[in-house]
Amino acid sequence: MSEKEVKNLEELFEQRIARDEKIEPKDWMPEKYRKTHIRQISQHAHSEIVGMLPEGNWITRAPSMRRKVALLAKVQDEAGHGLYLYSACETLGVSREELYEQLHTGKAKYSSIFNYPTITWADMGAIGWLVDGAAIINQVPLCSTSYGPYARAMIRVCKEESFHQRQGYEIMITLANGTPEQKEMAQDALNRWWWPSLMMLGPTDAESVHTAQSMKWKLKRKTNDELRQQFIDQTVPQAELIGLTIPDPDLKWNEEKGGHDFGEIDWDEFWQVVKGHGPCNKERMDARVDAWEKGEWVRDAAMAYAKKQEDKKLKKAI
Amino acid sequence: MKNENKIQYIYGIADNALILGQRLSELCGHGPNLETDIAMTNMALDLLGQTRSYYQYVAQLSGEDKTEDDIAFLRTERQYKNVLLVEQPNRHFGYVIARQFFFDAFHLLVLEELQNSTDQTLAAIAKKGIKEVSYHQRFSSDWIKRLGDGTEESHQKVQEAVDDLWRYTDELFHITDDDKIAIENEIGVNTVAFREKYDQIIREVLEEATITIPETKWFQKGGKQGIHSEHMGYLLSDLQYMQRTYPNMKW
Amino acid sequence: MKKNWPLWEVFVRSKNGLEHRHFGSIHAADAEMALENARDVYTRRNEGVSIWVVESKNITASNPENNGELFEPAQDKVYRHPTFYTLPDEVKHM
Repeated sequence: MSEKEVKNLEELFEQRIARDEKIEPKDWMPEKYRKTHIRQISQHAHSEIVGMLPEGNWITRAPSMRRKVALLAKVQDEAGHGLYLYSACETLGVSREELYEQLHTGKAKYSSIFNYPTITWADMGAIGWLVDGAAIINQVPLCSTSYGPYARAMIRVCKEESFHQRQGYEIMITLANGTPEQKEMAQDALNRWWWPSLMMLGPTDAESVHTAQSMKWKLKRKTNDELRQQFIDQTVPQAELIGLTIPDPDLKWNEEKGGHDFGEIDWDEFWQVVKGHGPCNKERMDARVDAWEKGEWVRDAAMAYAKKQEDKKLKKAI
Repeated sequence: MKNENKIQYIYGIADNALILGQRLSELCGHGPNLETDIAMTNMALDLLGQTRSYYQYVAQLSGEDKTEDDIAFLRTERQYKNVLLVEQPNRHFGYVIARQFFFDAFHLLVLEELQNSTDQTLAAIAKKGIKEVSYHQRFSSDWIKRLGDGTEESHQKVQEAVDDLWRYTDELFHITDDDKIAIENEIGVNTVAFREKYDQIIREVLEEATITIPETKWFQKGGKQGIHSEHMGYLLSDLQYMQRTYPNMKW
Repeated sequence: MKKNWPLWEVFVRSKNGLEHRHFGSIHAADAEMALENARDVYTRRNEGVSIWVVESKNITASNPENNGELFEPAQDKVYRHPTFYTLPDEVKHM
């Protein structure tokens, strides 16, 4: 294809997206579109499965049977969401194994929030409430993103995820209404998870490299800063309602802008964790690699068995 | 039949579901791949769901102001009546599958009988559980075959697990005094009656899986009397951690 | 290179009376496992009463490059639709 032809195709492609047409796997797409989508969808998938670990840490210690099954079902959903997203990514011509390889070698990123440790039960509440809350804000707009398989996966994810945040907030309500010790546990969790949750919505618009292109392809509908503002404005009253204090002395309502002003985010910490030096980066990766490596003989066995069965069937047919 | 006997009888069934559910939930996020991870968590959720039904019934029978959580979390080790098999650790996937397979075959036979119990609640719990456990048995039987007749490595690994876990299978059919009373009152299940059927299922599947049943005549028991293996204490430390550390709170 | 579990497409009938609909995909070593995995992944919330699985490589798909010749010729065959035909207003039930 000549350069001019490609340019022409690209223009037609952009017009289709602007018209809200969906792009499907076999459609022609610019290489950059494909690569960007592989990067974003796989990053999203990785976040789901690495995200299983901090919460998985508390399944065996959940304080009641009701909480135990809810948490287990929630973490299982994350496996499911990872799976839907890997599948969407595979339609772009990259295998799940290749994507794992990228994760395990540190080539691919995942959401930094999961590199923080879960040290008390209240962290299950804070994660559901704040981390899932921030995730939903990120995810809902993706249900109408331009790439068909991604949009469909996200619709399923969002539908299933609707119980996750409630699950977390309910834990927080119970703790906040509990004994002083429980309330303190809840406040401590909020203190530790608040700032990382704000960071989850990405670097400030000034620092963000992908925003313009992503907006065009409907991978993003709002900028990071707009999403962050939305998250803060919706979360602050939820904290007030249960008598917890957001750990930000600069937080106050700004009548003029119709939103909250808030304090400076520690971006040094953000970049430290992104670059692999958070409290649990190593543990998370070790756990993923370990599960994958220890599972190898199991996966191989299943393939070998399938082959033997197939051969047997063929023999019978002859 | 005294409620206390009935409660003890129910523990003999329900604690298996709790402890195996707990063991399986340790694996969530660490499976050999996503699909299998999800499948095993489904089994854990089924078992914990069954546990809750049994314990809610026990709470009701106890006549005291007890909840399912008091029963799940606040007994001492000697008061748990699960068999030794289900508390054995997840040493590797071969152990997980072999343990599951030995238990599922038994569990299904129990529930199939228990649905005829004169105790309506137990019968109803059993009826619901049968559908779940039939699937578990299918899952673990399929996997035993895959591992047994898969690669040389997988064969050796699952054979090792079968060799190690076989000695816990006899206890499944051990009848305690509480079992005896429950059977006499047509509330409980006489497991001895389907022992042969169990052995046959195990034999057939293992044969297809090219796995040899160990020759040993020596078996372990004790769980049903509350005398557990050393693994149990650690499992309970996790399970009970919150309830023990923060007594009398709502979660 | 290791052989990985192949990809399967999953179709689920939500309830009797409805068609099977494409739900997504999973990996599995064989057809039996594919059915089980599909059940475990896609019907956790009571979403289905019947599942089909087919190994993805067995699906033949049309090429969007041919969409013009495949699908556009049908666009102007308006006489295939009832609205093409004019009837007096008094005629009911037709």
